[in-house]
Amino acid sequence: MKRVYVNEKWCLGCHLCEYECAFAATGLSDIVKALKGKPVYPRIRVEEGDGVCFSVNCRHCREPLCVQSCISGALSVGGDGVVRIDREKCVGCLTCVLVCPYGAVMPAPDGHAAMKCQLCTDNACGEPNCVKHCPNNAIVYEERG
Amino acid sequence: MNMYLYPEYEVVRDESRCISCRVCERQCANLVHSFDAETGKMSADSAKCVNCHRCVCLCPSHALKIVKSDDTYKVNANWDNQTINEVYKQANSGGVLLSSMGNPKPYPVYWDKMLVNASQVTNPPIDPLREPMETQIYLGKRSVTIERDERGKLKDTLAPQLKLRVPVMFSAMSYGSISYNAHEALARAAEELGTFYNTGEGGLHKDFYRYGKNTIVQVASGRFGVFKDYLENAAAIEIKMGQGAKPGIGGHLPGAKITADVSETRMIPQGVDAISPAPHHDIYSIEDLRQLVYSLKEATEYKKPVIVKIAAVHNAAAIASGIARSGADIIAIDGYRGGTGAAPTRIRDHVGIPIELALAQVDQRLRDEGIRDEVSLVVGGSVRSSADVVKAIAMGADACYIGTAALLALGCHLCRSCHEGKCNWGIATQRPDLVKRLNPDLGYKRLVNLVTAWDHEIREMMGGMGINSVEALRGNRLMLRGIGLTDAELRILGIRYAGESM
Repeated sequence: MKRVYVNEKWCLGCHLCEYECAFAATGLSDIVKALKGKPVYPRIRVEEGDGVCFSVNCRHCREPLCVQSCISGALSVGGDGVVRIDREKCVGCLTCVLVCPYGAVMPAPDGHAAMKCQLCTDNACGEPNCVKHCPNNAIVYEERG
Repeated sequence: MNMYLYPEYEVVRDESRCISCRVCERQCANLVHSFDAETGKMSADSAKCVNCHRCVCLCPSHALKIVKSDDTYKVNANWDNQTINEVYKQANSGGVLLSSMGNPKPYPVYWDKMLVNASQVTNPPIDPLREPMETQIYLGKRSVTIERDERGKLKDTLAPQLKLRVPVMFSAMSYGSISYNAHEALARAAEELGTFYNTGEGGLHKDFYRYGKNTIVQVASGRFGVFKDYLENAAAIEIKMGQGAKPGIGGHLPGAKITADVSETRMIPQGVDAISPAPHHDIYSIEDLRQLVYSLKEATEYKKPVIVKIAAVHNAAAIASGIARSGADIIAIDGYRGGTGAAPTRIRDHVGIPIELALAQVDQRLRDEGIRDEVSLVVGGSVRSSADVVKAIAMGADACYIGTAALLALGCHLCRSCHEGKCNWGIATQRPDLVKRLNPDLGYKRLVNLVTAWDHEIREMMGGMGINSVEALRGNRLMLRGIGLTDAELRILGIRYAGESM
């Protein structure tokens, strides 16, 4: 399946991906209306240190620990390989947040459920918005064996 | 006391659109933007801004713009604001003013005072989408001697040629003045386009040897990085006698840009200023030049064309005539609007002549002397569009060099601050965190797009004239007419005034 990959060689640490991710999740068409004066909840995070930076979001593992650990069956792997979370089923125990080795699952803003990258299949973008707006092609969306 | 100078440009933030994402802050190497955690708002210090537009381009909510400051001294047609500020700067520092990129002064642009012909009725135009249209050219000596072997067959006596799929090459820009990634983008684009890029005087990084078939290596007065492998890995060798942006002086790459990699490539110590002398210390005559031309030919077994590059100066025609007789295969002329990574402001802005006039005079002189076929002519120094290329070819050029246009394609916004080494676009810098901002995967595609687009436009303009090859357009000055030019300008350009018929 096509996944989001990051190449730290080209990541500038500009954090645009975080804002574009949060913007995509709002479903609004105006980034100002969506984000101005509001807390931002991206599903992708830029990690920085020692002159290296790269963004991290859900790897969509073949055998995801989050899915195995989910006590309510809210997390599942779809037929397309995308790991999704069903907010209705999620009880907000946040076990998935604890077990994800990449730190790619996080509590949703309301605190009652978890949230994660679903490759923008859960919004109107059509393709991952972080990839579309990365100014240096550091984040790519492609098939890799 | 340092005189306070009000910033020339101001950063304007639309507070109603700014989402305080701090992208501008992270992307500005000049530290213009800052975030106030108390108010949650961004602010900008315009005094540090060089107007490179990096923040404007990356701002996700388009909340930023940069405007010319309207602060002014008492209006004076003789002492304009810039002139006064330059006096203050020099009174502050006691130093020579430095600038980068091409001459920005409002001198006439002759490309914009020439109009191209088109066919009507009596000679049909050609549709380049339906009929063959040739933009491929060869550079090198055209003159051949007729010799036959013992069986009476003609011997191939044609000197080595460069084959270009488009009549556009990338100008000399050294590794050091521009970044590794910028060089990689140029090299890859030249390979894909079937044309050439030029190493400039900074040597050739070993990683780029594989692009050798599309590389022109330069031998300049500093001889940086010149050795056997360098010459052997090139398609052609260019002797740089002068540069349009700074005729009559050498180069100066500050020690801060001589990183380990640049030092190895240039073969000079790390961190030490790289100074190339104004003259080649072994060239004081055409005869001396001839010795270097033939030394380089001898070293490469007469397999590669040798280019001699000069700045467009008052007696360019006579110099070119000498170069054509020195054994060089190609003459490159660089106009006074050509770019640079650093030049003294006064020299950049006041020395040299327009490439259009130099080209007209050189081509005419070589024709008059019957030696035009001895050399190809390549011109650069602000070739800004395909229309400029078409006009240059009709004036008599074989091909054009583009430098500034290529850098613009890579992201340059002509802030003319290359000499500060903090290029926010990752082009004119050696700072690793800035260099990585130019991903060659993206950069080379933009270069390929640009030149491909120009190639289409050249075909269309030639088609309109009823001409189906660059070879047939070359030196065809009847295809040009002047507009808004004096008799002297028309005479020097060798063209008629708009409205005058064939």
